Amino acid sequence: MFFTTVILAIREIRRHLLRSFLTVLGIVIGVAAVVTMVTLGQGATAAVTEQISSLGANILQIRPGQGFGRGGGGAQAPDFDMGDVDAIQQQIAGVRAVAPQAQSSALAVRNAANWQTTVAGTTSQFFVAQQWELTDGRIWTPAEEQAGKAVCIIGNTVRQNLFPRTDPVGQRFRVRDVACEVIGTLASRGQGGFQDQDDTVIMPIKAVQRRFTGNRDIRFIMVAVDEAYETSSVQASIEQLLRQRRNIGPGEQDNFNIFDTRQISETLQGTTRILTAVMGAVAAVSLIVGGIGIMNIMLVSVTERTREIGIRLAIGAVAGEVLMQFLVEAVVLACLGGLIGLVLALVATLIMAPLIQVPFLFDPQINLVAFSVSALIGIVFGYFPARRAASLNPIDALRHE
Amino acid sequence: MAADPIIQLRGVTKTYGAGATAFQALKGIDLHVEAGDFVAVMGPSGSGKSTAMNILGCLDVPTGGSFRFKGVSVERLDRDQRALLRRRYLGFVFQGFNLLARTSALENVELPLLYRGEDKAKRRELAMAALDKVGLTQWWDHTPAELSGGQQQRVAIARAIVTSPDVLLADEPTGNLDTRTSVEIMELLTGLNRDAGITVLMVTHEPEMAEYARTIVHFRDGLVEKVEQVGAGVPA
Ligand SMILES: Nc1ncnc2c1ncn2[C@@H]1O[C@H](COP(=O)(O)OP(=O)(O)OP(=O)(O)O)[C@@H](O)[C@H]1O
Ligand SMILES: [Mg+2]
Repeated sequence: MFFTTVILAIREIRRHLLRSFLTVLGIVIGVAAVVTMVTLGQGATAAVTEQISSLGANILQIRPGQGFGRGGGGAQAPDFDMGDVDAIQQQIAGVRAVAPQAQSSALAVRNAANWQTTVAGTTSQFFVAQQWELTDGRIWTPAEEQAGKAVCIIGNTVRQNLFPRTDPVGQRFRVRDVACEVIGTLASRGQGGFQDQDDTVIMPIKAVQRRFTGNRDIRFIMVAVDEAYETSSVQASIEQLLRQRRNIGPGEQDNFNIFDTRQISETLQGTTRILTAVMGAVAAVSLIVGGIGIMNIMLVSVTERTREIGIRLAIGAVAGEVLMQFLVEAVVLACLGGLIGLVLALVATLIMAPLIQVPFLFDPQINLVAFSVSALIGIVFGYFPARRAASLNPIDALRHE
Repeated sequence: MAADPIIQLRGVTKTYGAGATAFQALKGIDLHVEAGDFVAVMGPSGSGKSTAMNILGCLDVPTGGSFRFKGVSVERLDRDQRALLRRRYLGFVFQGFNLLARTSALENVELPLLYRGEDKAKRRELAMAALDKVGLTQWWDHTPAELSGGQQQRVAIARAIVTSPDVLLADEPTGNLDTRTSVEIMELLTGLNRDAGITVLMVTHEPEMAEYARTIVHFRDGLVEKVEQVGAGVPA
């Protein structure tokens, strides 16, 4: 009996194809919009999370000045020096590794190939702090580090550009005017923190200071915090120490800043999550507008439908049967619309995800929720006009204009 | 056996609206119809014929008085019980056809059977038989828009008789039709009355159509003015 009702409902839907199409259009668009927005938003969140986590967990980044760049904190906030690095290493509890960094951009040349890249000077602690593995070769020895020898470890991008076919370890190439020997290659990390992390040449810091930057300044210190310690309390002790070393009086502002990568990551994740929610909400409004569309079509066709209800009642249908028919019709329509919407959303996200460079993540939950909501909207807006008609006297329903 | 009249009205009134705009369309109708009779209802426009037919067809309820159908007091039944009464015993032909649009003649005729719970094969068989009785076998798959007025009216009649009702009510079944088609419809109704023993009540304005009936009830101003016995034989 129920099966028959469904068959009859489908027959009615096919008989009034245009009306049915207009009715479900709102649902189709609404469902497609909600699912597309939320799926893309979740993909974006995942992408951000992935990028941030590639920066390393429990890492504090210390820079001169306030905020990124060197502005603030007096006329010019001085850079750090090796003394600061040693002090942090020796005096702060809970520090797993401290790696200074001095950077310069430079042209790397080997035979006919050249490549503009970043030369980073650091200590062997860098590889501990970053938990960055080598695929081949070795890290420089303490003696080489001490002497500032021109040995280098190259990232995957540099390797591909300068050594497309040969094994780079043991080979030499020139960075700016400096001839240096490749002693190791880094594992690929890919796009991270909005730049290509693999596009780098890493050398002992002394070599970079002497031959590239021309001073003993350290622009950037990276501190890896031991997991057993609170990052925030380690951060506070470092701040205390650096204020002292940089002679900042009480009441004066810091002329350096310490960033907790986890904090950044949480902030960014929060932001993308809010964006997803906002986009989802906008899309949800379109779903509701779709529902109102259904109601409009239902109200427009209510004269025709009321007469139909009148005829059915007059030839002996009880109100419950007529309502059941309308309910099933509304459910079938809404479900069809919902399904079409889901398929559209799937196609749209598959096309758009690569374009805006977010991964495609299929989330069954949002699909289910959007589908259920659409079904509910269809039922509510399709059923209630019918219920009013079915409560009329058959003769009043027939006379309806 | 002196059976109860199939239809018995006593002091039936019907008031439309309420308060200052209230209008009494029926002012106290007394009427009985024997099973197997062929009744024509006549009277000036606005005299309450359709109102009375709707009450007889259990499509509407009287404001006052009593209506017994096969001995059952209809005013005591609820909506659904009246619907079941219509489904089981009554066929109704409306003045304006009232067929489902975009729906084939066959499906229109099948509709009452659907609510009776007949299976598909039975529905088709009975509906085709009814279409055959009204002479529309070859038009079974045409929608109302593809049928003439007379053909639509015959589909409506087929739909009304497909359940083999005890009583067929027809409100101006020939109202919109030319004389030739009207005569065809009247012959159809007469045949149903004679051969299938269906009690027929029919509203008409045309005296020629009323001549097909055995009993003519005249309405005036919401009252039954007179009841005439005409035609060859009053049913036993
Ligand atoms: N739904 C309604 N609401 C208010 N008044 C109504 C309604 N239906 C009928 N009437 C009034 O009741 C009176 C009787 O109407 P009815 O339709 O029974 O007349 P009728 O005899 O069938 O007329 P006709 O021959 O023109 O069809 C008319 O005056 C009409 O205006
Ligand atoms: Mg009338």
